[in-house]
Amino acid sequence: MALADFEYGDMIHRCFRCGYCKFPVNWEDVNNCPAYGRYRLETYSCGGRLWLTRAWLNGEIDWSEHLSDILYSCTACKNCEVKCPLRFSGDILNMIVAAKSEMVEKGKIPVAAKRFLENIQKQGNPYGTSRMKRGEWMNGTGIDPYQGQEFLYYVGCVGSYDTRAQEASRALGKVLQKAGVSFGVLGNEENCDGNEVKGLGEKTLFEMLAGGNIAHFKELGVHKIVTLSPHSYNAMKNDYPKYNGNFDVGHYTQLLQNLISQRKLNISRSLNVKITFHDPCFLGRWNNGYEAPRAILRTIPGVKLMEMEKNRESALCCGGGGGNFYIDLLGGSKSTPARRRVREAKETGADVLAVACPQCLTMLQDAVKVEELEDQLVVKDISEMVAEACEME
Amino acid sequence: MDTVYEALAGIVGEEYVSNRPEELYIYSFDLGTTEPHRPQYVVSPRTTEDIQKIVKLANKENVPVVPLGGGLSLAGLAVPFQGGIVLDLKRMDSIIEVDEQARYAVVECGVSQGQLTSYLERCYPRLTHSEPGAPPTATIAGNIAIHGQGDLAQPYGFNSDMLNGLEVVLPTGEVCRFGSCSIGASWFTQHPLPDVGLFLGWLGTTGIITKVALRLFPRKKIRGVGLFVVEDEELVPEIMHKLTHLQMAEDIVAFSQAIPPLTSGLQNFTVNIAADSEKELEFKQELIWDDTLGEYIRRGDGGFLGFVQGLQRPQVSTTSDWRKGGGFEYVGSIMPVAKYPECYRRGRKISENHGIPYTVLGRCIGAAHAMMFSWTYAFNRADADSIQHAREALHETDGLVLELGGTIWKPGLYGQKLLKERLDPNTLELMGKIKQLLDPNGIMNPGNWEVG
Repeated sequence: MALADFEYGDMIHRCFRCGYCKFPVNWEDVNNCPAYGRYRLETYSCGGRLWLTRAWLNGEIDWSEHLSDILYSCTACKNCEVKCPLRFSGDILNMIVAAKSEMVEKGKIPVAAKRFLENIQKQGNPYGTSRMKRGEWMNGTGIDPYQGQEFLYYVGCVGSYDTRAQEASRALGKVLQKAGVSFGVLGNEENCDGNEVKGLGEKTLFEMLAGGNIAHFKELGVHKIVTLSPHSYNAMKNDYPKYNGNFDVGHYTQLLQNLISQRKLNISRSLNVKITFHDPCFLGRWNNGYEAPRAILRTIPGVKLMEMEKNRESALCCGGGGGNFYIDLLGGSKSTPARRRVREAKETGADVLAVACPQCLTMLQDAVKVEELEDQLVVKDISEMVAEACEME
Repeated sequence: MDTVYEALAGIVGEEYVSNRPEELYIYSFDLGTTEPHRPQYVVSPRTTEDIQKIVKLANKENVPVVPLGGGLSLAGLAVPFQGGIVLDLKRMDSIIEVDEQARYAVVECGVSQGQLTSYLERCYPRLTHSEPGAPPTATIAGNIAIHGQGDLAQPYGFNSDMLNGLEVVLPTGEVCRFGSCSIGASWFTQHPLPDVGLFLGWLGTTGIITKVALRLFPRKKIRGVGLFVVEDEELVPEIMHKLTHLQMAEDIVAFSQAIPPLTSGLQNFTVNIAADSEKELEFKQELIWDDTLGEYIRRGDGGFLGFVQGLQRPQVSTTSDWRKGGGFEYVGSIMPVAKYPECYRRGRKISENHGIPYTVLGRCIGAAHAMMFSWTYAFNRADADSIQHAREALHETDGLVLELGGTIWKPGLYGQKLLKERLDPNTLELMGKIKQLLDPNGIMNPGNWEVG
């Protein structure tokens, strides 16, 4: 594809590469772009990616595996868009995704990204595990299949298959049961939400997934959806309506906040812990969902909430977005975003690093192990903490 | 096998060296109009020792070395004109020390302006530094090395006047320290020892600054910006003179620009004022707006547009998007304040001749001892004609600076050529001798300040 045919061909040259995109709000360091922080070469900065994309489309440089790694190392955390002062800032990630789409078209993407997409096509999840095992996480929980209840509890790929994230999926299920929420799940019938597929540039596959899910939800009579993952929440809230999929979608933290305020959850047990909260990108920067998780944590007796220096719009991404929880182009270093993030959490003096995203949960849990902080810092999903506080362990 | 690559990887680790086309492409560019030149290697060192080893290797292999800070000079000062190794110094980003009592900070060369601002706000809220108008990714060391100025220029002068000391890796690999730190004392003063001029204004051709001791200044509790406007550019020098006599401002800037058209042709002043109490603020405001500028208001020559508490952080890069073009470059000059009217008029004409909306700005340095006057030219990065127009306008402006009796600040290659043509022959010869002594193999940032 020539630059002239590129969807953003009349825009991509507008990045000045001033570098605001690397900062948190308070300019504390230049490492808040996870990929730039990991590699510290300008090629991995947001501006570097845009300039390289333009050079590639212009024929100034050839495609290479390194070039595709640079593009796919973007975690779509949106730090760049939030910090860029220029008028096109809202299209930065669109430009990067469009460049990835061009690589998808040509079949020139990182091997792990290709495997990710193939696995989704075959099994509806990035791990390549059988579709028939998707519902195993709920064994023994007594959670009902969706049969017209008020809420569809959509778990997502990570919450369904990753063993650590499954604990959060079950915890949320128990909490919803305890609160008397009318809900059901799809189990083996659930399919990938497509959020990462879209971010990886596979637009056609995303449209198939979204279309399939929308048709399925409508067929089942779904009106309200509560998601475990902010990634699912983002796709269903912001993208599905473009395909006539208009559902009342909420992230579970929003529902729990309501249940607590309506006194439908009896949070009575004091946990006596110092907690710091990690804002998931797809809840925070993508959907401005900063307060519900904190409001929940504040209602738990004995919790002292301690903010990391980088919080809310400044939160450092765990490095798992853009499919990187699987394709892992940012791993293998002390500068890996997840390892940096757990060190930041440790600096607060917190005992618990709370998350509200299964991808963050697995990324940060692994980082705690690598950093050998297991006896000092525990990573927990808010659903698990609420379950504990409701004496449901 | 590429032995230089292997050696560099052995020094900094494989992750922080590249000879791949993608890195070579990105590091071939300045953000302004300078033509790109590809390096052979990009290296991101972490320590002074890494740099020493790299420099020794470069001498042995006769490979140029081009130090790069934030890469925001816009004048092509870190473009590897003769290839070689681009040293991306931003990984050396430790704030080593802040002495609250003696009011200084010691930082590594990759520390950004934004990083120091943020650190002081969090940890030393009673201290501040002179923050330049560049994006906050600009480095402290890079700004010092080019004699930058910031938002404390009126009371304290150039940022390079705020130095307490330097650590430098010489082009031959030795580490030298300058200032009180060189005798084992703290970094509290640069004087009265021989000074560090060997490395300032030389654009990275005489060594690589690895540590900077920078003076910090009292940060008042209230900071804000007052806005004043006049129509007649001839009034600007006397207003600057009167304001500096008061010694009540932290920063005085006059500017004029074509966009928005409604205010085109007006001369706008921003006057930064700081105070520890409302009483102090009121006193200063009264002296500035009523007693000093009041006469212009009463005569109908000027207007007070208000005072806004809190300093807006500069977002100068928005200039690049005026024409949805992604680029701008400016000529900076150090100029007598009296020249403001002519700078404005002649600069505006150059802009108009090239079809570029004009933007000019003069920042007062010291007690109106000089101003940094800049002419900014936006261009469309996707349009070769637009780039060429900007480049020609920049060259014309370089000439204008010298014609008006100023000197070019951080000159690009064209400006350096003009300056060398006018430099005192003995000075030029001395510069050549110094360069030869410090950099016998000519490896440091070749192309810039070629005085041999």
